[in-house]
Amino acid sequence: MRTIIYLAIGIFFGIVLFKSEAASWFRIYEMFQFASFHMYGIIGSAVGLGIIVVQLIKRFSIKSIYGEKISIAPKEKSYSRYILGGIIFGLGWALAGACPGPMFVLAGAGYLPILIVIAASILGTFLYGLLRDKLPH
Amino acid sequence: MNWIYEPWSWYVSGPLITLVMFLLLMIGKKFGMSSNLRTMCTICGAGKTADFFKFDWRAQRWNLVVVLGVIIGGFIAENYLSNTIDVDLNPNVVTDLQAKGFNNAGNGYMPDMLFSNDVFTDPKGLAILIIGGLLVGFGARYAGGCTSGHAISGLSDLQLPSLIAVIGFFIGGLVMIHLIFPLIF
Repeated sequence: MRTIIYLAIGIFFGIVLFKSEAASWFRIYEMFQFASFHMYGIIGSAVGLGIIVVQLIKRFSIKSIYGEKISIAPKEKSYSRYILGGIIFGLGWALAGACPGPMFVLAGAGYLPILIVIAASILGTFLYGLLRDKLPH
Repeated sequence: MNWIYEPWSWYVSGPLITLVMFLLLMIGKKFGMSSNLRTMCTICGAGKTADFFKFDWRAQRWNLVVVLGVIIGGFIAENYLSNTIDVDLNPNVVTDLQAKGFNNAGNGYMPDMLFSNDVFTDPKGLAILIIGGLLVGFGARYAGGCTSGHAISGLSDLQLPSLIAVIGFFIGGLVMIHLIFPLIF
């Protein structure tokens, strides 16, 4: 049963990412050119509403449907890993025009070259795992 | 109901992404796509080489099921929920991209130069896809999250690290588009 819920949420998310065009390479390029409000509208409205939702969950101590406390684990305090990792991610996001969610949307939509991006991103994750102790965090 | 077959506006799409995050929270999970890449490394046996990948991947199986759903969702949206997949870009962006050789800008969902099957025999295109993927995978794990985990989930929880990461995402993206693209296209 739980598996079906995860699958359904994934299908819904995949449809939203495709139909919103957030998975389009062109939209990412246009966003970094500041040439359209579209992507800023998507991220801005998602975060704006998200802030309200998370605040309400905290204020009213809303529990999950299984009765567990809902918490978003605080990220560990640091500056360098977020800015350095973020910049590296941003370079790739703009170049490949896809971040980890849209990559899988595009695979399903039948753009076969995205499989190269996915394989490379798994390899990139592996390289991070190898080098982690040598990087500033 | 015809609007379903048109591209969705930002004010429909953004709140629906929040709904995805909310649904995951309500079933005791959290929103984050890039951690699946780490899980995939572990399944491939990366735990033998680096401690970072030594964890019980079965605890993350739920997220892999979400990814499977995302793939199916992409298939459904492209094949059954779209009259057109042309992206209605800013005309200036179309002109700019066509001058850079992206001939189908404004026509289609993805640039043929990088995402048609011809790219498999084009060394430059392949290099771009591979380098892009490497940077995304490496950067997402270094920063501890990607667009879903930091930009949506983390910012919604008003976490400072996520704000720093998102600022990093934009610095990287702007450098790529404005400083590096003129060198490669």
